[in-house]
Amino acid sequence: MENKTETAVKTNTEEKKNSPDYFYEFFKGILKENPTLVGLLGMCPTLAVTATVKGGLGMGLATMFVLICSNLIISLIKNLIPKTVRLPAFIVIIAGFVTLVKFLLARFIPPISELLGVYLDLITVNCIILGRAEIFASKNPPLLSVLDGVGMGAGFTLALVIMGTLREIIGSASWFGMKIPFLTPVSIIARPAGGFFMLGIIIAVVGLVSKKKPPQTLGCAGCPAKDNCPSAKGGDN
Amino acid sequence: MPAILAVLLTAMITDNFVVSKFMGICPFLGVSKKLDSAVGMGAAVIFVMICSTLATYPFYHFVLVPLGLDYLYNIGFILIIAIFVQLVEIILKKISPSLHKLLGVYLPLITTNCAVLGVCILNVDNGLSFGHSLINALGAGLGFLMALVVFSGVRGRIENNDIPEAFKGVPSTLVAAAILVLGFMGFSGMI
Repeated sequence: MENKTETAVKTNTEEKKNSPDYFYEFFKGILKENPTLVGLLGMCPTLAVTATVKGGLGMGLATMFVLICSNLIISLIKNLIPKTVRLPAFIVIIAGFVTLVKFLLARFIPPISELLGVYLDLITVNCIILGRAEIFASKNPPLLSVLDGVGMGAGFTLALVIMGTLREIIGSASWFGMKIPFLTPVSIIARPAGGFFMLGIIIAVVGLVSKKKPPQTLGCAGCPAKDNCPSAKGGDN
Repeated sequence: MPAILAVLLTAMITDNFVVSKFMGICPFLGVSKKLDSAVGMGAAVIFVMICSTLATYPFYHFVLVPLGLDYLYNIGFILIIAIFVQLVEIILKKISPSLHKLLGVYLPLITTNCAVLGVCILNVDNGLSFGHSLINALGAGLGFLMALVVFSGVRGRIENNDIPEAFKGVPSTLVAAAILVLGFMGFSGMI
């Protein structure tokens, strides 16, 4: 993983000289500003569907699809939305795409649709999507917003796949449903408690690798309600 | 009566929204440092959960289903919740400034709280009756309050301990949450 980090960062800086915007906006979401592992956003799906890799990957890709589409549409019509009602407008656009992705999954990949269940509906309130709409898509041109959506979506998917891989291998001694021989499953890791535990370990490891101090409070920078949130202001609640 | 109690206790303890369904994790981790803010947030969530169930249940059964638009429930519910939270804030400000002072700061947070949307969707998905839906919402809210209050006590204890540098802050909070969830697992199979 460390190697991958280095090469990605290298390409990132190299490309930056030629065309500063596009590559930076694409790559930042994957590692540097990873919405889940660094930004600590979207905790609910990260914990809920990652007992298996399949669930994590399905959730990541579904969220990525919604994120790209909503970023594109919001960026295109950003000047038409009155400022006072922008949050409800964003939420309706996001909910529309969530409904769409739900139908697509139910028609073409029913097992994933059944596995994710109500959490597919809850993509609507995933704060990564609303956060990117508010912070990025409503202020930037369409192409950049799509790249931002692809990067952030890929970062989210990466985090979910890492979580799912670790939890499935340790918790059920399998990977993508394939049994791994000679491994005794520690089933607690596949249960809810193991989700919290694993995420805590992963965030601590990410902090160690990136040599940054671990975040002291939850990432509220991307939260649309941060102006009213007591914990975003002082972090003292 | 036993059925009502079963629905209430299931939503509150065995199927607790925070610890077994992972809904509302952000406030669970974010607003649980102090007991009074945990209680305020929990009370606001109970209030909004019951109110939005009161609004979304009739909306689904008397508006969306007769029109054949029930597949649009996601968009409808989130809009109703968003409007409702605003409305509750305005009304509370006028009628009871003291209650508004207590709950007001937490209300906007709740619009994007997946536990509220989750309880509305699950009520409809599981085909509960109106009464059971309300009890379910109450139980889910009480369970949320309970998890927040218990966890604020746990966090008060770990704050002053000597934790390895890499685990300070959010990682140690998550590991502590894991142990709390482990405790809640003991309730499974109770009902």
